[in-house]
Amino acid sequence: MGWMAWTLPSAIFFSTIGCMLVGMTIWELRSPSISRRGFIPLETSRGDRLFISLLSSAFIHLAFVGFTDFSLLVPLTIAIIWLLIVMKWG
Amino acid sequence: MLKPYTNKAWFLVLPVFLLVAFSAIIPLMTVVNYSIQDIFDINTRYFVGTEWYREILNDQRLIDSLVRQFLFSGAVLAIEIPLGIAVALMMPTRGIGSVASLIVLAVPLLVPLNVVGTIWQIFARADIGLFGWALNSLGVDYNYAANPVDAWFTVLLMDVWHWTSLVALLCYSGLRAIPDAYYQAARIDRASRWAVFRYIQLPKLKSVLLIGVLLRFMDSFMIYTEPFVLTGGGPGNSTTFLSQTLTKMAIGQFDIGPAGAFSIIYFLVILLLSWLFYTLMTRNDAK
Repeated sequence: MGWMAWTLPSAIFFSTIGCMLVGMTIWELRSPSISRRGFIPLETSRGDRLFISLLSSAFIHLAFVGFTDFSLLVPLTIAIIWLLIVMKWG
Repeated sequence: MLKPYTNKAWFLVLPVFLLVAFSAIIPLMTVVNYSIQDIFDINTRYFVGTEWYREILNDQRLIDSLVRQFLFSGAVLAIEIPLGIAVALMMPTRGIGSVASLIVLAVPLLVPLNVVGTIWQIFARADIGLFGWALNSLGVDYNYAANPVDAWFTVLLMDVWHWTSLVALLCYSGLRAIPDAYYQAARIDRASRWAVFRYIQLPKLKSVLLIGVLLRFMDSFMIYTEPFVLTGGGPGNSTTFLSQTLTKMAIGQFDIGPAGAFSIIYFLVILLLSWLFYTLMTRNDAK
C-alpha cells in the first residue's frame, strides 16, 4: 500500500465513504427503499439522494477552498447539514 | 403473480465491482492522496492539505482551458448531434446503397486518434495541404498555425469529420428499429414529414441519442490526442484543452500534487455533467 501514498485525513475520508456505502447496503437489504419525490425535482431513491448530497458536498468544499479563506470545518458542517436535509426531505 | 422484490441480485455485480476497483477506484484514491501532499519522491512527501486545490482553483490557465473546454464540447454537441440525425435520416434503408453508406460512415471511426490528427495536420496546411491550399486559392486567408479562429475551425471540423459517423450510425440503428406500423398510422393521418420526425422518429431515437450525447460529451471533454497532434494547443494557448493543460502539469513539470488536485476537479466536473445529462434525458421515462 506504500505506493498509494496514504495520509491519515484521506484514510479517514475514504473509510467514512466506505462505511456509508456498507451502511446503505445493509439498510437497503433490511428495508428496500421506495423512490419518491421530495424538494429535488426528481424521483429519487435513498442511494440517489446519497449520491446527490455527496457530489454537491464536493462542490461546496471546492467553492469554500477556492474562493474563501474559511476553515474547512465551515464547509464540512454545511455539507453534513445538507446531507441530512437531502436524505430526509430530498 | 407478482414476484417478491429483492435486491440480493446486486451481489452478482461484485466481480465487476472488484474489477472496477482495481482499474479505477484504487487509482482514483491514489490521486486523491497525491492531491493533498507535496511529493518529491516515494519517501519524501509532506502533507499540505487543501493548498493545491486553492492554487488550482485560482489558476488562470486552468480557468481559461476549462472555458475553452466547455465551448468546444458545446460546439461539438451542437454540430454533431443534429448533423448525425440528419445523415441517418437521409441514408438509404435497403439495397446496396445502405451497405455502402454504412461502410463509408464507419471508415473515420476506424482511424486511430493520432492518425486523424496527422491527416488533418497535413490536409489543412496552407502551403502543401489540399484543404488549406484550396481555401487560400479561393481567396480565403486561412492558416491554422497562426490564426486562433482558423485553428478552432480546423479542430472542430476534424472532430465533426471523425465522430459524426458515430452519432449517425447510432441514429440509423434507432431508426431501423421503429416498426412500420407507426409510419402507416402517420400516413393514414396524413402527417407531414416534420410531424413524422417530431412525434415518431425523435421520441423513438431518444435512447440511442442519450448514448450518443453522453459518449460525445465525455469524449470531447477528455479530448487530447487530436488537437495535440494538429495544433499542439496553439497558436498561443488557443486550442489547449483541459487534458493537455493537465498533462503539461503532471508529466511536463512533474507537479504531481497540483496535477492530482486538477484531476479530481476535472473528474468531479465530468461526473456532475454526465449525471445531469443522464438525469435530464431519462427523467420522463420513469413516469
